[in-house]
Amino acid sequence: MTEVPTKRPATGRRKVELDPRLAAYKGVWVFIEHERGTTHPVSWELLGEARKLADQLGAEVGAVVLGEPGNAIREACHETFRYGADICYLIEDPVLASYRNEPYTVGLTHLVDKFKPEILLLGATTLGRDLGGSIATTLATGLTADCTELTIDPENRSLAATRPTFGGSLLCTIQTLNYRPQMATVRPRVMHMPERGSPRSGRLIEETLGVIEESIITKVLEYIPDEQQDQAQLAYADIIVSGGRGLKRPENFQLIWDLAKVLGAEVGATRPLIQAGWVSADRQVGQTGKTVRPKLYIAAGISGAIQHRVGMESSDVIIAINEDPNAQIFDFATYGIVGNAMQILPALTDAFRIYGATARRAG
Amino acid sequence: MHIVVCIKQVPDSAQIRVHPVSNTIMRQGVPAIVNPYDLFALEEALRLKDRYGGRVTVLCMGPSQADAALRKALSFGADEAILLSDRAFAGSDTLATSYALAAAIQRIHVDMPVDLVFAGKQTIDGDTAQVGPGIAKRLNLQLLTYVSKIDALDLDRKEIVIHRRAEGGVQVLKTRLPCLVTVLEGINEMRFATMDDMFRAARHPLEVWDKVAAGIEDLSKIGLKGSPTVVAKVFAPHPKARKAERIEVHGDAPKDLVATLLTKLFTHHPQLEREIAARLA
Repeated sequence: MTEVPTKRPATGRRKVELDPRLAAYKGVWVFIEHERGTTHPVSWELLGEARKLADQLGAEVGAVVLGEPGNAIREACHETFRYGADICYLIEDPVLASYRNEPYTVGLTHLVDKFKPEILLLGATTLGRDLGGSIATTLATGLTADCTELTIDPENRSLAATRPTFGGSLLCTIQTLNYRPQMATVRPRVMHMPERGSPRSGRLIEETLGVIEESIITKVLEYIPDEQQDQAQLAYADIIVSGGRGLKRPENFQLIWDLAKVLGAEVGATRPLIQAGWVSADRQVGQTGKTVRPKLYIAAGISGAIQHRVGMESSDVIIAINEDPNAQIFDFATYGIVGNAMQILPALTDAFRIYGATARRAG
Repeated sequence: MHIVVCIKQVPDSAQIRVHPVSNTIMRQGVPAIVNPYDLFALEEALRLKDRYGGRVTVLCMGPSQADAALRKALSFGADEAILLSDRAFAGSDTLATSYALAAAIQRIHVDMPVDLVFAGKQTIDGDTAQVGPGIAKRLNLQLLTYVSKIDALDLDRKEIVIHRRAEGGVQVLKTRLPCLVTVLEGINEMRFATMDDMFRAARHPLEVWDKVAAGIEDLSKIGLKGSPTVVAKVFAPHPKARKAERIEVHGDAPKDLVATLLTKLFTHHPQLEREIAARLA
């Protein structure tokens, strides 16, 4: 990883004359994550950011769509125009039906080599990070992961990508000055979902993949959707009830499940609880877990340390329950109760249950 | 069977604090640990060794004090440990790091063919998850990331079947060896090292490779020179100034606290009340 200096930046801010070869790279691209007929919402969030960056650069926004042929993928292309893309680059091929590193890397590399974007953004999903790491190495360029802010440095027109480091204790701003494209991944829900505009036209550029199934070494044997297993859908949940070390014992985490059930909410937890095995890793909220933006986030027994905070501080309303009156979480929550979560949680569950019964009777 | 496990020694980022005045990282007293995600990778490799026989080599790129991480890996049962260390690696970003590690693995492969390369999904200091994919690309290995389960391994046919976490589901993938696997936390439970293991690990000779020993010839690909990304600035996060409204009632009875909370919540956030009412209905 980039060595993070603790006293001074490793390099000063320098005005860089861009190599003419690199100056030929123009345009802000977003890799649109489209699989099994649906597009991951992070793609639209990134198009929103791309539009802002492109406007600052006086450049165009390109959306890259790879997938299997059909109506769904063509629909996705039209959607990219509604979310602000000027050009949609499409490669449709049966071998792209389910994500595999090899054919996707070939396809995206081909498009980048041919059309030369200056910036390439991907969602920091398992797909985006897998693909992003391969592409950056193939192209021998810079990739900044998990960015929370993207801006254009006016001095040199390059992308300034800000991201947390050391688990979120510090932020650093990273630039890729002498290589193109400048790549960055961004987690779902970190950027705002832009307006879905009215249908508009854009340029559709279709390319072929040129890879046959027989030559691809990795095969997809099966896809097991999460509905068939008990998996969390935290990233886009509207209400989340979350627990931390203040719950003291694994049995107490049941109080979180109880409250969540009454509210129809998702359940989250802090990293120490995941590492201790109280809940599955997909429920981790925080810098190395999921970023969430629910309408309501209830945090019980959570201190509010930065590593967790960065994953949930954009929630609309945060209710914090903690025994320690000086807990950091009270610095940014909306409402705070200083008290024993093991007593407050069941009281909340009862209160919501009674409220629900009353609301139903009132019709 | 020969598995190379890449590990990294990292500061325990959960314990990192920022000095409130100078805005710099306070490193003193923060313990150096093996990147926790890499321990899952090591354990997975050791389980395969238990089952199929063979050897596990642990590779770590870092300063000289990273030898502690390698000793820890040896104490769990790794057979060989190599520390890849050279001043020339200083300032490496993920591209330069994957270049150096790939070169070292290539050198290891010459001595004893490598069937699998394992790593954790990411580090807790860099958190990029980029080095694993970088190594795979450079060595032309099939890349399997976010692996939650190794379903089957056929050493004769050189095939592996794994479960890979995708958004919304799990992919069951089959590929050929050699390949590179990054594993998810929770894929297994780490074994314990006995005191004997730890003593043996302390006495085990560690190989230390500099850039020459690793077979690195192109110096423009390592260290700062080989790093396309540069850090423009480092700063402490600016916390949002929004202190919580404390719910306090006389007597502090949970029932009363909660009642007051709900009243305030629904009064000030009517849309949220409607949302909740709809869910409770």
